[in-house]
Amino acid sequence: MMRFILPLVIFLVLAGFLYKGLGLNPREVPSPFIDKPAPIFNLVELQDPSKSFTPADMKGKVWLFNLWASWCVSCREEHPLLLDLMQQNIVPIVGLDYKDKREAAEAWLNKAGNPYLLNVFDVEGRIGIDYGVTGVPETFVIDKQGIIRYKQIGPVTSENLREKILPLVAELQRK
Amino acid sequence: MKKLLILLLCLLPTFAFAGEAKELTSDPVLEKRMVGLAENLRCLVCQNESLASSHAELAEDLRREVRELMKQGKSDQEIIDYLVARYGDFVLYKPPMKSYTVLLWFGPFALLLMGLGVLVFQLHKRRQIVQESVLTPEAQKRAATLLNEEENK
Repeated sequence: MMRFILPLVIFLVLAGFLYKGLGLNPREVPSPFIDKPAPIFNLVELQDPSKSFTPADMKGKVWLFNLWASWCVSCREEHPLLLDLMQQNIVPIVGLDYKDKREAAEAWLNKAGNPYLLNVFDVEGRIGIDYGVTGVPETFVIDKQGIIRYKQIGPVTSENLREKILPLVAELQRK
Repeated sequence: MKKLLILLLCLLPTFAFAGEAKELTSDPVLEKRMVGLAENLRCLVCQNESLASSHAELAEDLRREVRELMKQGKSDQEIIDYLVARYGDFVLYKPPMKSYTVLLWFGPFALLLMGLGVLVFQLHKRRQIVQESVLTPEAQKRAATLLNEEENK
């Protein structure tokens, strides 16, 4: 009897692991940035190149740092959700326009609406590398002290907005 | 007129030229060092390719970054630390020994030991069975006669 049960158990355990593996997203690599200070940068703004922005400017506020590009298709998916956040005045969003063309980015914002408090412009994607970005869109939740608390890889969905990002933002804002 | 046209057409390929290989720097030593390092690093976009062989845009950017760090005189370890700080241990094809990678490093050996244990246990059990089935003298005699009968047929 044992002779049949043991292989069956081993098979079931293996199958269980493999089944679990099917559901995992290989892009969701644990970020080394959680609970670390947001990397410093100083970039010119997208819409007003005479001004520049650095994360220290947001000290005292909880904010979202959203990396996007006008050429990025899945950024369009999350765009309406970001617009909602802006209209309801829930949390300020700073955008980083990643490896984009200034005209294309401005045209896209004019057409689709601008959910951002401001946008910085990262032509070469260097700040993206500093933030460990593998592709746009990615969104960071940054607290009042400038510490990264959460990283969303891929587009923000209404589900993870409701379950993760918004509760976290509310909690951080109370602190 | 027709001949001239054909001649012109034949000359057309001479205007074609291959695009230059973009990324080779003027310094082949540095390039070799970069590739050597990047072969042990994972491209985060196409995760089963190394940073050296990937054509993903991010991989190109990271190779550029590695090259620049090398030009700044950074050591290989400093460059690896730079990447790990941004992308985590996942960029390394050879994972470091840490509390949560113990299973990864020693799991196979644990399985091997378990297998050996099972083998030894089974062999021991089998030997016991064999010892138990030693024939009684009567049974041995009967076996001998049976075998003799078989031979005499």
